[in-house]
Amino acid sequence: MAPETIEPTAPPLRAPSPAPTDRPLHTLPSPFTASNLEVLTQGAEALVYKSTFLTPQTPCVVKYRPPKPYRHPVLDRRLTKARLLAEARVLVRCKRDGVDVPGVLGADWEAGWLVLEWVEGRTVRAVLDGWAERGAQEEEGVLGLMGRVGRAVGRLHGIGVVHGDLTTSNLMVRQDERREEGVKQTNELEGDIVLIDFGLASHSTQNLQDEDRAVDLYVLERAFAATHPKAEPLFQEVLNAYGESFKGARAVLKRLEDVRLRGRKRSMLG
Amino acid sequence: MIALGLEGSANKIGIGIISHTPSKPPVILANLRHTYNSPPGEGFLPKDTALHHRAWVVRLIKQAIRQAKITISDLDCICYTKGPGMGAPLQSVALAARTCALLWDKPLVGVNHCVGHIEMGRSITGAENPVVLYVSGGNTQVIAYSANRYRIFGETLDIAIGNCIDRFARTLMIPNDPFPGYNVEQLAKKGKNFIELPYAVKGMDASFSGILAAADVLAKGLDESLPDEKRLKTEEGELITKEDLCFSLQETIYAMLVEITERAMAHVGSKQVLVVGGVGSNERLQQMMGIMARDRGGSVFATDERFCIDNGIMIAHAGLLEYQTGVTTKLEDSTCTQRFRTDEVYVGWRE
Repeated sequence: MAPETIEPTAPPLRAPSPAPTDRPLHTLPSPFTASNLEVLTQGAEALVYKSTFLTPQTPCVVKYRPPKPYRHPVLDRRLTKARLLAEARVLVRCKRDGVDVPGVLGADWEAGWLVLEWVEGRTVRAVLDGWAERGAQEEEGVLGLMGRVGRAVGRLHGIGVVHGDLTTSNLMVRQDERREEGVKQTNELEGDIVLIDFGLASHSTQNLQDEDRAVDLYVLERAFAATHPKAEPLFQEVLNAYGESFKGARAVLKRLEDVRLRGRKRSMLG
Repeated sequence: MIALGLEGSANKIGIGIISHTPSKPPVILANLRHTYNSPPGEGFLPKDTALHHRAWVVRLIKQAIRQAKITISDLDCICYTKGPGMGAPLQSVALAARTCALLWDKPLVGVNHCVGHIEMGRSITGAENPVVLYVSGGNTQVIAYSANRYRIFGETLDIAIGNCIDRFARTLMIPNDPFPGYNVEQLAKKGKNFIELPYAVKGMDASFSGILAAADVLAKGLDESLPDEKRLKTEEGELITKEDLCFSLQETIYAMLVEITERAMAHVGSKQVLVVGGVGSNERLQQMMGIMARDRGGSVFATDERFCIDNGIMIAHAGLLEYQTGVTTKLEDSTCTQRFRTDEVYVGWRE
């Protein structure tokens, strides 16, 4: 082992100046115009707008996947097309098989947009945050919510679909639109669970099923642990309901134990 | 307060001395590092690496103390890497730390390697509450701070990204000096053709082993001794080069990293991203991350190889932060461990 020169003491490095913060507004391809669009969220993948469909009274969601300038253009086109098509196909399959998801109203996979039905309600994440702010009371209500989350995920898995990005931001609690005005708002923990954002979903083959389903649950479990430390103990209720929801759910829960173990080991190599 | 930091979780031994004064930025008094490099086509083995660390540790500590112009009595504590890392190298450095602690009668502080990277990155760049992408030869994690823990949002499902790059470098017999990732990056700069490789992102997690396997298969088609019709070509019939493969590998795996980081940023609602770890010194990764952050109205913070790559100063810095909250490691607890999750550390020094 020949000795090498040792690096000299270095003064602290200047931080690279942060990039400018004025972000260019993404413009949607035609037929969309800025006038009838309202930005809802900027997800990691897509910009989500509220717009109207056919009549001015029918709200809808426009999900636009802008080109990602950091990606190689060949890779970018391949991913955008594959993901948009996969998302539309999975949504159609869910709708057909009775899983509560927004329906597909239109799509253009070359231009990168997808138009979906509007879902009235809040995300499970927002609902749980509100619940935690109120002091994490209402145990019955939140347990009921957990149960419905578990059954919704179970129904999805039961038809052979895995979500691929199952976080609390991608689960919505539907609020009853027919609720009369002036009536005291019903408990926000009530309402059907609607699954959204199927951007990474797949309809996987039988032999991969259990693994993929278990990873779905694992992702959800970690989303709970990371953003809702107070709700984490309640996650067992999600799993209980899930276990009852379809044939084969037990096997998935067993597999989840493997995924957890592996998860604890895998990042600690080297 | 002054701390000595000893790092040796992989093939680098790093010795650093840092000084903290309340309400002032930390001052680096010494930051020394020596790297064990294996020949091209081979990785570093634990026993050889441990031997290297043992051979260098005394020299480096002596030189660091000299360079810092301090005496032993100025030191408040001795910080060492408790884990995660390779067993044998960790043990040899922990032994050195224990010896110094007994010899000089100083308290010990065992530091989580990942937390060391995060704290050093935050201190150097001034990023306050960023989403952290920690990418190195042994780790690939997307981390965000919440309630006194660095929580892991996404991570690799199999091998680390640096491991993927290093092993691909071995396949192509790219030298390990100064480090394989650097040499792959230089080759990638000359690549022109993008060859499709698998792309494996699951939520906020990523998988790299399948990409490595696919890239290794493609690399076989580069062999010049193959008959012309068996060699790897583009659709236009142009021969594909080593440079093209390095370029395609970088483009694919860094796009995956940027994607999972962006997803974590969207999830926690953060606009800052900090890149730490050896792979973080890659300029293409920094550039891609910068474009993503700009489009989200945010900014990226990164450091160069002095602080990205394993070093003693980050251990001294994180250890001293912990020491100031009153935490020390008793001699009988001064073990090291190959598995030590980032979220196991109670971060008492942050709000």
